[in-house]
Amino acid sequence: MNDFCQPATWLPPASPTSEPLLRLAGLGFSHRGQTLLKDIDLTLAPRGRTVILGPNGAGKSLLMRLAHGLLAPTSGQVRWATHDSGRPLRQAMVFQRPVMLRRSALANLSYALAARGVAWRRRRGLAMAALERFGLASLADRPARVLSGGEQQRLALARAWVLEPDVLFLDEPTSALDPASMRAVEDAVHTFHDQGSRIVMTSHDLNQARRLADDIVFLCEGRIIEHTPAKAFFHAPCSQLARDFLSGELLG
Amino acid sequence: MPDTDNAFQAALSLILGLDPTLLGIVTLSLQVSLAAVLVGALIGLPLGAALALWQFPGRGLVVTLLNAFMGLPPVVAGLLVYLMLSRAGPLGGLGLLFTPTAMVIAQSLLVLPIIAALTRDHVLTLWDEYREQLHSFGVTRLRAMPSLLWDARFALMTVILAGFGRASAEVGAVLIVGGNIDGVTRVMTTAIALETSKGNLALALGLGLVLLGLVALVNGTAYLVGERARRKLG
Repeated sequence: MNDFCQPATWLPPASPTSEPLLRLAGLGFSHRGQTLLKDIDLTLAPRGRTVILGPNGAGKSLLMRLAHGLLAPTSGQVRWATHDSGRPLRQAMVFQRPVMLRRSALANLSYALAARGVAWRRRRGLAMAALERFGLASLADRPARVLSGGEQQRLALARAWVLEPDVLFLDEPTSALDPASMRAVEDAVHTFHDQGSRIVMTSHDLNQARRLADDIVFLCEGRIIEHTPAKAFFHAPCSQLARDFLSGELLG
Repeated sequence: MPDTDNAFQAALSLILGLDPTLLGIVTLSLQVSLAAVLVGALIGLPLGAALALWQFPGRGLVVTLLNAFMGLPPVVAGLLVYLMLSRAGPLGGLGLLFTPTAMVIAQSLLVLPIIAALTRDHVLTLWDEYREQLHSFGVTRLRAMPSLLWDARFALMTVILAGFGRASAEVGAVLIVGGNIDGVTRVMTTAIALETSKGNLALALGLGLVLLGLVALVNGTAYLVGERARRKLG
């Protein structure tokens, strides 16, 4: 496999000396005898927006779930940086299909705040502020599950917002949305980024990756083929698989 | 059949005239069955949720037993409680046999498996949907339990109503452990059986009508709760 053309560690030039945020070492995941991820070595810098690209079935969502801790790897390690105080980083995840609790939109946010340990009397104010930020204030008392797909995804983003995440994972957050809702989600990603959240996102939409990514992790058949700055990736990917993927010849 | 016609009229006048005997029997029936459902729900809801959330060796056996006990014949439940509470039984010293408390215990035994098994089904479905999101929030299984029970609240209300239906309609268990003592442990179902065999069709029919109305009310409520949930929560 001479497709591995880059060291899988890439740090943005702005912060060459800073501690990496996340280090995956020799990560592998097998399920029922099938190897779904293999020999994943990946280092993420403290800042920026990483988009994990790859054809269907490459293991993009799985990689994110392992990093977020929703699944335990069958081999290798996931190592997160901590705050200077030793407090673990706060993480949140937005799923492809938003999971809405059977409660009002506002109560969905209050629940997340309660899970984060925010005092009862502060929850309502914080939740309302987040709903307003995402243009959902008028829907506060509506049951979350009767909202439209786009509104639900925005609510999922607002719910992640109240968690004030250091790291935000998004798993194909726009794949089921119309262009307007997709735009709202992408705007939200920028907002999170501006507030200092580290963004890690999967996508199979090349245009979206072009718009959002600072760096690209290109995944194929459970392996990292390359991890390069977005500009370099789209301009001149260094692996043949990535070239095929960009030209539409690599089908999952 | 003129006899039945007369009995029907007499039954109606008993109900409409709020006959004290009939009223006493109906009241005791409701007290016993509601208490049994309360006990069944207090144990069955967390038990069912726990069986959905935690894996442990022997869980399959427990779930199978619960499902089997949903069809436990009331007379067998009554017999089991009788054996426990009778003078020679392990709990004989409490002197509970032939008291309303014994009837509550017997009916709880009938209601508990229904509530626990159906709660497990509902919570499991919800947990499959919520698991990753709650895990992402950092919510432990223990903390997820009340959340899931709350989010399944409408489904669980119909489960509890089903339990109440079973408790209020059974004869065998309350007959064996209660003894159908007039004014003490006589409830609607046992009274109907007795009065019918004595030929006192008016009281039997009156109680039958009340019981029928109660069952209709329970089912109607269950239906409305389900509809409301569908409309409100999507």
